[in-house]
Amino acid sequence: MKSIYCICAALLICAATSSCTSVKEYQKNKINDAEMALNNRKAEKTELSFQTYREGSSGANAGKSGGGCGCN
Amino acid sequence: MKRIFITGFALLGLLRVAAQDNTPADSTAYKAQKLKLDEINLVSSYYKQDGNNSAVTGGIGTEKLTDISNSLDVKFVKHGATGKKHTLDVEVGVDHYSSASSDMIDLSANTSASYSDIRVYPSLSYTMENEEKSNTFGAGVSSSTEYDYQSFGGNISYSKKTKDKNGEFTARFQTYLDQVKLINPIELRSAIGNGGTKGRNTFAGTLSYSQVVNKDFQLLFQADVVSQQGYLSLPFHRVYFNDGSVHQENLPDSRFKIPLAVRASYFLGDNIIIRAYYRYYTDDWKLTSHTADLEVPVKLSPFFSISPFYRYYTQSAVKYFSPYGQHTGSEQFYTSNYDLSKFDSSFYGMGIRVATPNGVFGIRHFNALEIRYGHYSRSTNLNSDIVSINIKYK
Repeated sequence: MKSIYCICAALLICAATSSCTSVKEYQKNKINDAEMALNNRKAEKTELSFQTYREGSSGANAGKSGGGCGCN
Repeated sequence: MKRIFITGFALLGLLRVAAQDNTPADSTAYKAQKLKLDEINLVSSYYKQDGNNSAVTGGIGTEKLTDISNSLDVKFVKHGATGKKHTLDVEVGVDHYSSASSDMIDLSANTSASYSDIRVYPSLSYTMENEEKSNTFGAGVSSSTEYDYQSFGGNISYSKKTKDKNGEFTARFQTYLDQVKLINPIELRSAIGNGGTKGRNTFAGTLSYSQVVNKDFQLLFQADVVSQQGYLSLPFHRVYFNDGSVHQENLPDSRFKIPLAVRASYFLGDNIIIRAYYRYYTDDWKLTSHTADLEVPVKLSPFFSISPFYRYYTQSAVKYFSPYGQHTGSEQFYTSNYDLSKFDSSFYGMGIRVATPNGVFGIRHFNALEIRYGHYSRSTNLNSDIVSINIKYK
């Protein structure tokens, strides 16, 4: 099952990156829209904290990977 | 509090140095600027939860908790004479929480959500972007202080854009050096004592790559490797064995985690955006999880959008978890913390965002207002609600 996931992920990465077109700066009005940002919203800060505390996994979301307590 | 003042004075000192920069203007295309205020973000949240699997009482008992969180993030920018962009980010956050389960460290205390504490977490980060070479160097420090926990963090990062500026590779290293104050369950103090501290260190390496696929679609791949060492239990978490005896939670002194994620944003037509996120996580405590998050901002006008979102999460239990009264004396490690049990959860809600060119409500520099509400529901009967507001001044 794990190898199927790996193959799917590899195919997704290959498909996504091989179909790239070179986008000029003046064509990036949609890419530069605030809603398109590839990161978390500022307003999600506390949501990410409580998810880190209430769930056993964390990381790979541009947030903290440790530090702070979360013990309550 | 002292740390906030020290951070504040350090910042004032930096501003003063920047203000006294009398570098003569050169004749090249780049013009040196003074350090100037670029953006201020105020984020406030109210969070409340309730459940009946508190780790403080061995996997049974109230998990009622409320948290009021406020953070202020101030960003300064300076363009240097050599074409370098310097960004300084100063952030201070304060959380005030009350927790019924923490109250039960002393079992004779009342059971209302009366135990309260304050967490203060300042941070300072600096980035230097060389626009000519398309690379960015960053470094930062942070701390987090509450009554029974102290954390100091540091990070460095390096980013490099591709030649056509449509791709960016980032490498980042973070570390957290923490101290846990040993506040033990009251009935165990005669046997194991109380007080003192133990260390917990976290080291995390991150590699990420973002790519603009076409003018409507972009992707980000991220891989973390996280290693934790030291005291990874919490001293006031009880574990009740099947013979009725009570013990303090005992977890291994190391944990190795690998989270892998992909994030995508797609502009569908002119008014709808699809934001998607997926994460696979595994660690050497045998916890595996999948997280899928979908948010669909709809632009009702160029300046106003609503964003419904849904997040699904599922995890397996760590190999050291058993519910109340099921651990046996033959086990070396044990916990009844339901945050480490097998469960799945849903988190859904909606956000609104207003960003008008002349300022929100006509107030100049009030650049954007964002409000979000979400409801979280876990299959272990833990439920929570959160409302957050972000005010952006630019």
